[in-house]
Amino acid sequence: MSIFLKEIKKPLLVTLTLLLICGLAYPMLLTGASQVFFPKQANGSLVTVDGNAVGSELVGQDFTDTRFMKCRPSAVNYNTYTQEDKDNGDYTGIASGSKNYATTNPELSNRVQDDISEFLKSNPSVKAEDIPTDLLTASGSGLDPHISPESAAIQISALAEATGLSQDRLKEIVKENTKGKVLGIFGEETVNVLMVNLQIAKDLNLVK
Amino acid sequence: MLQIILILVTFIALIIPMGKYLYHIAVDQHTFADPVFNRIDNVVYRICGIEKKEMNWKQYAIAMLVTNVIMVLVGYLILRIQALPILNPNGIGGMEPSLSFNTIISFMTNTNLQHYSGESGLSYLSQMMVIIFMMFASAATGFSVAMAFVRGLAGKTKSMGNFYVDLIRITTRVLLPLSLLIGLVLVSQGVPQNLSANVTVQTIAGKYQDIAMGPIAALESIKHIGTNGGGFLGANSSAPFENPNVITNIIEMLSMMLLPGSCVIAFGHMVRNRKKETKKGKEKRVLIGSEAKPIFAVMLIILIMGVIVCFAAEQAGNPILKQIGLNQSMGNMEGKEVRFGIAQSALFTTVTTAFTTGSINNMHDTLTPLGGVVPLMNMMLNVVFGGKGVGLMNMILYVILTVFICGLMVGRTPEYLSKKIEGKEMKLTALGIIIHPLLILAFSALAIAVPAGLAGISNPGYHGLTQVIYEYASSAANNGSGFEGLGDNTYFWNITTGLVMFFGRYLSIIIQLAIAGSLMMKQPVSESIGTLKTDTRTFGISLFMVILIIAALTFFPAMVLGPISEHLTLWN
Repeated sequence: MSIFLKEIKKPLLVTLTLLLICGLAYPMLLTGASQVFFPKQANGSLVTVDGNAVGSELVGQDFTDTRFMKCRPSAVNYNTYTQEDKDNGDYTGIASGSKNYATTNPELSNRVQDDISEFLKSNPSVKAEDIPTDLLTASGSGLDPHISPESAAIQISALAEATGLSQDRLKEIVKENTKGKVLGIFGEETVNVLMVNLQIAKDLNLVK
Repeated sequence: MLQIILILVTFIALIIPMGKYLYHIAVDQHTFADPVFNRIDNVVYRICGIEKKEMNWKQYAIAMLVTNVIMVLVGYLILRIQALPILNPNGIGGMEPSLSFNTIISFMTNTNLQHYSGESGLSYLSQMMVIIFMMFASAATGFSVAMAFVRGLAGKTKSMGNFYVDLIRITTRVLLPLSLLIGLVLVSQGVPQNLSANVTVQTIAGKYQDIAMGPIAALESIKHIGTNGGGFLGANSSAPFENPNVITNIIEMLSMMLLPGSCVIAFGHMVRNRKKETKKGKEKRVLIGSEAKPIFAVMLIILIMGVIVCFAAEQAGNPILKQIGLNQSMGNMEGKEVRFGIAQSALFTTVTTAFTTGSINNMHDTLTPLGGVVPLMNMMLNVVFGGKGVGLMNMILYVILTVFICGLMVGRTPEYLSKKIEGKEMKLTALGIIIHPLLILAFSALAIAVPAGLAGISNPGYHGLTQVIYEYASSAANNGSGFEGLGDNTYFWNITTGLVMFFGRYLSIIIQLAIAGSLMMKQPVSESIGTLKTDTRTFGISLFMVILIIAALTFFPAMVLGPISEHLTLWN
């Protein structure tokens, strides 16, 4: 028994030492440094209106109000819910991900088909073949805060009607919240839907 | 495409100095950072009672196994008691035994297959003291073993080194400093790093939204540096909090490519024949050692082929959606993020499976059939750079096989690095090569033969088979990505994938150490005119062909039944 104990003493001590260094000291040190140097980012890049957080700049939200721009479909509904959803079990808690439909899965084409007809109904001036594909396909995370500039442009005329804002003003808002490619090369152009809608809400005096 | 090329060029520029640094650590040479790290290491050695005793391959393998077993036990215990209110602001409950078994094997073997979802499955204590700890420990284990393996091949010493010393040196000198630095950069870009509970906000549309919090950046940086791949959140690196923009996407890709790439460079330095190259009086500056060149070239070519196929397949879009009227000029965007688009997603997919990390920035289940072949093939080959250290070791098995086949063709005794390859090494090599396909195919066959396995499949048709094969390929290659539609948190899937991960990792490592140990003890033979040179272009081509032939012989039937049939139906 004593030989056995002697044999495992070293690996046991190595395990405990690394556990404390890598599993405790390292994340604590990084937490401290992040809170000092980048407090906003380290706490989720929250967007506040009137001192209250209304969302995160990095996380999309589900918008059903016709006065707001729409995000992409989400398998987890962006973790957005009403009290009713929570009470009747439609919202089961925080999650992320997608439905993982294969390209050949009929559920995917059914969902897209339903979404096309619904979109055309609320955007009567749009033709089906002009809908950009990102707008009606679900993101991997279910939390994608962005849509492509084309997907934003196509919603403008319906938004103008619902909000009473001019198309030019809406285009300006979209442009303010569009980010280009990094160095003109890396990534894609993106429009942040939450920030667009926040500006629309401000223009409509829904929030201060 | 330009962005992809630029990233690959940056990769090569980074691994050359990093490979040199790893080499200095592996052979215990002086580095610029010694004054600081020597002091830290010595404290750790003293606490743990480590004397720098040299080990033979058996002692090394046993030390590695015993340490890993103890880590598994400690980690399992923490998972089971995580419901305690220590660092658990979201009130997460304990983890069920079969899921805990799967999770702990998964993280110890550097696989990071996840049958839980981070937001609802783990407390912050578990995220830190199990997941983050294991990410360091498993990466350091893989790299230590690879260093010992190459020491054996190089044959410059008569010992494989000391496992504990290797484990600690690699952690303190490479993994910790890099993780801190990259972690801080990730935070600056928006990855959260705090210990607060999840936040509930009231949106401007009058609804509620839950937003995840936690020490995400600390996990995120080591997740890629250690080629681990398990996400803090369920959606892994596709989630905006793990990977908020294209800059973090590039950082994450480069950090998972850095160390496996550098391992090949370090290998080149370690086995370099000094006498030959200093003939002209002064030492040449060596970027990539000559023995590493064919290996590096083969790895890079397969990687580039994969990127091209994946990009082209995803850019082509989904013909079924086009048929029902959704424009596909943007490519197959289901399961992808707008900020990454097709190019950054296809590159990430190829890189994460080639370097066996297994993090994902788009859902692999939603890839087009041919786009999905690329990650699947990378994991089946398991030699395209591969995870920390072990990819190189797998590649060496193929090198030995190639040397053997070429030796037979020219009628010479096969030699590698001046050591004769004989019956014992060849038997072990064959075993090492066959284990991987055997695990994947046998367990896939089992899963589709029993109802408990079939129950997991979520997509109909050929794709269902691909889901099963992908899960086991990912487990055996210790990758950890998944066709995540698979309903895999069941007894059947937890236990079978747990076993595959375990054997895929440790059997291979032990066989490889045995080969290196056996070669190390042999007398070097002097080079003659009949010696097959292993640093030539011809050898590189032979190696490439051998890999392709073995892969085709083992996996082609499964590929035809799964993704290729699906592709043909999709485009018909």
